[in-house]
Amino acid sequence: MPKGEIVLGCLAPHPPHVVYAENPDQNEPVSEGGWETLRWGYNRLARKLKTIDYDALVIFTPHWQTYIGTHFLGLPEFKSKSVDPVFPNIFRYNYDIKVDVELSEIMREKASEHGIITKMMRNQDFRVDYGTITSCHMLNPDWDKPIVTISSNRNAHYYSAEVMNEQAAALGRACAEAIEESGKKVVLISSHSLSHRHFVTESPLPEDMSREHIYNHSQYVWDMKLVDLMREGKMRELIDILPEFTEQTIAETEAGGLTWMMSAMGFPQYSAEIYGYQSVIGTGNLVAAWDPNAVTREIVL
Amino acid sequence: MEESDILFGIYCPPHPQPLLSPEASEGYAKLRQAYDTCRERIENSDADLIIVYSTTWPSIIGHQIQAHPEPEWVHVDDDFHYLGSMPYKFKMDVDFAECLRDSAKERGLHSRTIAYEGFPIDTGSVVALKLLNPDNRIPACIVSSNMYANRAETIVLGKSIRDALAKQGKKAIAVVVSSLSNRMFTEHIDPTEDRIHSPKDDEWNRKILEFFADGRLEDLSQLSREIHGQIRVQKVVAYKPAWWMAATMGQHNNYHGEVLAYEALHGSGGAVVTLTPSSGSFGDKEFDEDDVEYYHGDRDVLDKGML
Repeated sequence: MPKGEIVLGCLAPHPPHVVYAENPDQNEPVSEGGWETLRWGYNRLARKLKTIDYDALVIFTPHWQTYIGTHFLGLPEFKSKSVDPVFPNIFRYNYDIKVDVELSEIMREKASEHGIITKMMRNQDFRVDYGTITSCHMLNPDWDKPIVTISSNRNAHYYSAEVMNEQAAALGRACAEAIEESGKKVVLISSHSLSHRHFVTESPLPEDMSREHIYNHSQYVWDMKLVDLMREGKMRELIDILPEFTEQTIAETEAGGLTWMMSAMGFPQYSAEIYGYQSVIGTGNLVAAWDPNAVTREIVL
Repeated sequence: MEESDILFGIYCPPHPQPLLSPEASEGYAKLRQAYDTCRERIENSDADLIIVYSTTWPSIIGHQIQAHPEPEWVHVDDDFHYLGSMPYKFKMDVDFAECLRDSAKERGLHSRTIAYEGFPIDTGSVVALKLLNPDNRIPACIVSSNMYANRAETIVLGKSIRDALAKQGKKAIAVVVSSLSNRMFTEHIDPTEDRIHSPKDDEWNRKILEFFADGRLEDLSQLSREIHGQIRVQKVVAYKPAWWMAATMGQHNNYHGEVLAYEALHGSGGAVVTLTPSSGSFGDKEFDEDDVEYYHGDRDVLDKGML
């Protein structure tokens, strides 16, 4: 069996607003659009994914928060409705998800071998988190590939952002080994915003773009610093300053997703493909991808 | 003493073990027994309403209030999914929820009601309502814990609840769902070997329980920032339950307190406590923290200091 490989890594933020704005059949609320810069970027990355041969999407989500180790989805199918606990007015999504349980098991096993506390999630009533659904819907609205969801163990809460970085990097290395062993071609998804300070009020029409802007300028400057490092292919440097970025901008990188993905991909030294940056209810959101294949790698924006 | 609209208050933990696996350890069984005692007291009360403030329902857009008349789902906890599912069907007091929303707005808070099929009611609220009010004999109201809110907002939220109770002439039980120390073990454990994560957490928990037992609710409220720094994992900006409880029940120390159980829940401090308004006070103190009647939003201190 040939070795498995990571064929793409995606930074895919999950504000439910982008699904709401797309008006898919699965989502109950109806919008007049909004957040086009982000959505059009997502649409373009989704088109690129259609040109790539892969077997599964593996997503690390901050909205399945676990404190007792890292958990993996462990049943072949989940069908239910996801209602966002914070924005239920815009996200009530009926989902039908297939899971690559075999890959999930191998990842859990490898993580365990690396000394990471792990658990398979095998309760059929479990509701898949809206981070997974939003990012996966935006990248693959046809839902024609199985996924693996990995929970975010909250090391940043229990210890520090530095410990989070170390633990997430170890998990990344374990997942990379598991993918190689599986013989599968896998797309990794790190599902989160960058800066993550929200407005605590909402306009009467959530998609009123005249009201949308970054929470404050320092959040924006930090976000752009990260985008610059991504453009320059300096992912090791980026991960090194991530604890400070996380603290300064209360960033959603605290969950460990970006560190996990970069570690799994060997801290790429090539430019990221930048697809779009836009604020959503004050938070900074970037759609980006890392393509290990130099032939298909693009300068998008 | 003026009769309170809150008949009594309950402080209880959010973890699902007392509901799903009370037999797994002696400690979990004691917590379950304490819940049962509270349930009986609620049944024997004249309460019109149970108001739940749950630390495991975080909100961002202001303060959310559950207003679906009969929310129904099967809930599964993110960490403890292997303990089983929690099917629920609750009865909410929609009139009160709407009145509370309006009362909160009158005090300057951003608040809204939530009434969507399938809305994910949090583990803490599900555990509390299933154990305290299993037959839905009394309608409930669940309020969120805004993750950015600090003391002023939380105090004002509590006062809004008093306003709403007074407007509707209702008597309520106030339920706070929160751990004491909230650091859990980061690995899976044998429930029979469960214990408080550290002696420091245990010592602080016992000090808090001493205050509860003495009925010193306002003293606890004033200590909230210290408690947050000492024994709370820093997931949110502050330890808010005592602020909410004091503002909702009355900001004083005139309570009869009873600690029904104190046990470890995967390392965190789980206590079931009741506070009943009484005439005796534990000292008359001047407190450091200001009282707040109306929420004015950010104070813009930096802007005001600019030349």
